[in-house]
Amino acid sequence: MNAPAKPREKTRFDTIGKPRRRVDGRAKAIGQTRFADDLVLPRMLHAKLLRSPHPHAIVESIDVSRAQAQRGVHLVLTGAEFPVPYGIMPVSQDEHPLARERVRYVGDPVAAVIAVDEQMATEALQLIDVKYRKLPTVASPEEGLAKPEPRIHDYGERGNIHRNQSYEFGDVEEALARSDHVFEDLFFYEGNTHLPMEQQASLASVEGDGKLLLQSSTQNPHYLHRQLARVLQVPAAHVRVIATPNGGGFGGKCDPGNHEFVVAKAALMLGRPVKICLTREEVFYQHRGRHPVLMKVRTGVSNDGRLTAMHLQTLLDGGAYGSHGPASTFYTGVLTPVTYELPRFKFEACRVFTNKPACGPKRGHGTPQPRFGQEVQLDKIAERLKLDPAEMRLRMVTQPDSLTASWLHVGSTGLAECIRKVVEMSGWKERRGKLGAGRGLGLACSTYMCGAGVSIYWNKMPHSAVQILLDRSGQVTVYCGATEIGQGSDDVLAGLVAESLGIDPGWVRCVTGDTGITPIDLGSYSSRVTIMMGNAALQAAGRLRDTLAAAAAEALDTLPDRVIFSQDRVFAAQDAGKTMSFIEAIALAEAKFGTLAAVGSYAPPKPPGRYKGAGVGPSPAYSFSACVVETEVDEHTGWVTVPKIWIAHDIGRALNPVLARGQVIGGVYMGLGEALMEEQAFRRLPPKLSSALVHRNPSMLDYKSLTSLDMPEVEVALIEYPDPNCPYGAKEVGQGPLLPVMPALANAIHDAVGVRIDEIPITPDKVLRALEKKEKGEAPRVGPESFPSVPYPAPTFVLPPWEGGDGNELKGQEGRKAA
Amino acid sequence: MMRMPWFGWQSPATIAEAAKILAGEGPQAMLIAGGTDLVPNMKRRHQTPATLVSLRRVAELRKIANGAGLTLGAGLTLTEIVDSAAVREKYRGFWQAAAQVASPHLRNMGTLGGNLCLDTRCTYYNQSLEWRKAIDYCLKKDGETCWVATASKRCVAVSSTDSAPALISLGAKVKLVSAQGEREVAVADLYKNDGIDYLVRKPEEILTEVVLPDAQGWRSTYWKLRRRGSFDFPVLGVAAAVKLAADGTVEQARLALGAVASRPFLVDKGGEFLKGRKLTDEAIAEAGAIVASRAKPMDNTDLDLYWRKDVVGSFVGHALREIRGDDMRAMRMRIARQAL
Repeated sequence: MNAPAKPREKTRFDTIGKPRRRVDGRAKAIGQTRFADDLVLPRMLHAKLLRSPHPHAIVESIDVSRAQAQRGVHLVLTGAEFPVPYGIMPVSQDEHPLARERVRYVGDPVAAVIAVDEQMATEALQLIDVKYRKLPTVASPEEGLAKPEPRIHDYGERGNIHRNQSYEFGDVEEALARSDHVFEDLFFYEGNTHLPMEQQASLASVEGDGKLLLQSSTQNPHYLHRQLARVLQVPAAHVRVIATPNGGGFGGKCDPGNHEFVVAKAALMLGRPVKICLTREEVFYQHRGRHPVLMKVRTGVSNDGRLTAMHLQTLLDGGAYGSHGPASTFYTGVLTPVTYELPRFKFEACRVFTNKPACGPKRGHGTPQPRFGQEVQLDKIAERLKLDPAEMRLRMVTQPDSLTASWLHVGSTGLAECIRKVVEMSGWKERRGKLGAGRGLGLACSTYMCGAGVSIYWNKMPHSAVQILLDRSGQVTVYCGATEIGQGSDDVLAGLVAESLGIDPGWVRCVTGDTGITPIDLGSYSSRVTIMMGNAALQAAGRLRDTLAAAAAEALDTLPDRVIFSQDRVFAAQDAGKTMSFIEAIALAEAKFGTLAAVGSYAPPKPPGRYKGAGVGPSPAYSFSACVVETEVDEHTGWVTVPKIWIAHDIGRALNPVLARGQVIGGVYMGLGEALMEEQAFRRLPPKLSSALVHRNPSMLDYKSLTSLDMPEVEVALIEYPDPNCPYGAKEVGQGPLLPVMPALANAIHDAVGVRIDEIPITPDKVLRALEKKEKGEAPRVGPESFPSVPYPAPTFVLPPWEGGDGNELKGQEGRKAA
Repeated sequence: MMRMPWFGWQSPATIAEAAKILAGEGPQAMLIAGGTDLVPNMKRRHQTPATLVSLRRVAELRKIANGAGLTLGAGLTLTEIVDSAAVREKYRGFWQAAAQVASPHLRNMGTLGGNLCLDTRCTYYNQSLEWRKAIDYCLKKDGETCWVATASKRCVAVSSTDSAPALISLGAKVKLVSAQGEREVAVADLYKNDGIDYLVRKPEEILTEVVLPDAQGWRSTYWKLRRRGSFDFPVLGVAAAVKLAADGTVEQARLALGAVASRPFLVDKGGEFLKGRKLTDEAIAEAGAIVASRAKPMDNTDLDLYWRKDVVGSFVGHALREIRGDDMRAMRMRIARQAL
């Protein structure tokens, strides 16, 4: 089952690699796609949530009688109706659909009104009387470390520390002590949010057979399905979740949302459809976006610019709930060793609860922050050692089919080619340093995984499955739980099946993201869909092709393994004159074998690391990217403009180059927005006058992201070295290309005006402050000045593969000394 | 979505009829033209008028008249202003200001009169009712404290109109009409430095037209600072209008600032300083310093307030260099992200 389906005789592709209009393009372009908020059912009611105005408080009482009596109101729900907690990860079941005893951030839902229309529901919210007792608040991880009481949650490591961990792969202090240079830098990466165009919406109803149906803008219908069954205490087989096409997700629709449980519960209680659509402000509260991360990076380097060891420490601002936090905490370090050869690596990470909307996974999940730190630090190293930053990186890229110090297996890699390509495209060698005053070029690299190696809940079953049904009309119906969030998963599915069966993608009908009909797919997260769904699809299609070939071979007077599928026809390999249509082949096979259907499934290979925690980071394949940013900096104002970006992405193979380039440019767009302006920032009012702690800018006007006028030209190169673990060699492209943009910008600004901005976003006031420091002869840098004392635990110590390790932890000091 | 409060609706066809309705309804009625400012404000419960008096059907408000100067109906959309050749050719600074208001969609709806009467803005105020409840409201609406300056007795919400500083620098006037009669007020005198009571216009008055004087011999420009090339309100607006003699000596100059106080205002000393001088680099730098000293940005809009103050001189410099005839196209593209 683990072996990827191989395209047997395919040396030349009919569909793969050709730029095509995506299969859902037409409907989206003309407005025909039905997003969750477009759905309307007869007798449908509308829900609105009452949210806490306090950042931290005990809910002493809730009186809903006035709201309940209001005209048009059908139901008022409170936390009393929801005794069972939830959370996307089994170790963080810390949320209730409506708060039961405690609210933890401004915006935490406490009650819900279901009424005839949205206006009536909104008005009735004002009639709910809630008595709160305010509690002291935590606004930052530093404050959370200093103030263990009151605890925001009664679980976690201790005090307000949610997660705290330490891993050491080889003796890092020893390696640093004998390094020619040790670089120590502090970096800060501010939080930001996904900002999908579509606000979350859900419509719950009870189907004719009495079972619950939830149609929702979710990236993960399967996980939502499991949580609905648990929280609502109904059998999982009586729940159906349809993931409607998402108007963008970016990780923001991975967690189950309070609103989804509320409308589901209400529909079950009332027997009528209940719908909710969040306002934009509520989307900022649902959040689950990029964690603010403070980082300390100590890196040992040899005189010739090779890394000897790295000690990375991260401190995450988790917000009020666990969300994906346990994984996010790991991801602020685990992918760091994948890009460059790093003999030893120590990684300590701590996530602290604060009274703000919960952070979680956003495109790149936990990795953009340390990647920013590492890639800016590399630029500083190159500067100090007088090395070309591109050449220095080229000399130490990880090798194909190698292990990292932390036991991740790097399979295929095109990173070196990516670097060479952006150097060539940008004219790096000829233009760098010669652009004139205030203009500069910066380079950075990155990697991302093609799917997490393990599921969010522990099991040994497949991560993705596909069922294909062939109809005698020629129609090919493909079923898969994968969710179209705008990334193009339906197109990938149709393209792969069409290629495998030798037909035009127009013959394929995709039925996806419906847990009542489609086989499992874990969801649209961790860049897993192309490879996992794709491998499952190729396995299913391969099985059908075998069946068709067996039937067609007789008629074509050839052997089954000599049958070729191409251009909607079936041929005998040795004689192209012997041929029949795809439909004729179906008819023969259906007559011979009965109704034609096949399933395929995929689970990732077992990772080599065997220590506890080794499950986060492994992936069947890694993508790589390199990016050059050109910038102009006004020395009088610090104003930064970006005229052009070049990016090369190692995608393995581009299944549909139009889609792939769109994903690359979209990633660059989001990365540049984070680099220059996006901030999920908060205001705490003067404590003597107020206990308020509020989101600073919960609107699309005040939360700044790039407009089309702010977007530079992007030149994209797709580097294609097919990866043997991936369908037709195709790796991910949805997340990786975002990652190098932020450090490349910071490095370009340094090249332009000689100042270092060691924090994201890079705003003009920070640049001007650094320029003023430079003018005064001070260190020309703006960034964090200190790293707090974090009580990281004693590390899990694992020997790297080249030091005789076997992937297991060496227990205790004895084991470590023996090493 | 965010829902509107309930309201009554009147849709008069003439200015006189509208003025009569306003007089009858009293302060519970509000005018609405494009609605791009008022509708979101109503959703956030900043204003909850009992009656909206729509100016959409009033044809008189949409005229453009040439004379010695130019008279523009207040009901013209900003897109119509931008499309007017007379505005573009004679009143460049005003044209540049109108072209940079919000985004194309909002300019298609928003009107000249609406932009002049734009409610003052503040990051503690332009928030939903629920958000404002979480800070126990603010001085401008429903609360006791100005959270921007907690010792302040006055609301410091910021004037965010682009067209006003440009029109001030050009010496424009507006006509205000009520059931009692009409009056003309210089745009420079239309505003008060109070975030709550920011207009001298009375609730029963309708701003019907903008009258621009003859611009013969004048050059004007407007430089807007905002984070992005579209959509955003200004965090600084520098308007300059200068009359130059043949030898380049400044005969008259008017410099106005927007978005750094609760009103847009003329910096008289800046203009006086330039009078009789040539626009040398030194004179421009000195004028920039004079103007910058009058800017008092607060921490109630986008971007760092100290930085916003720091860059005023540079923006005055951009404006005066453009008037001097320097090729500022590259700098304009970097700041505005569009040719203007």
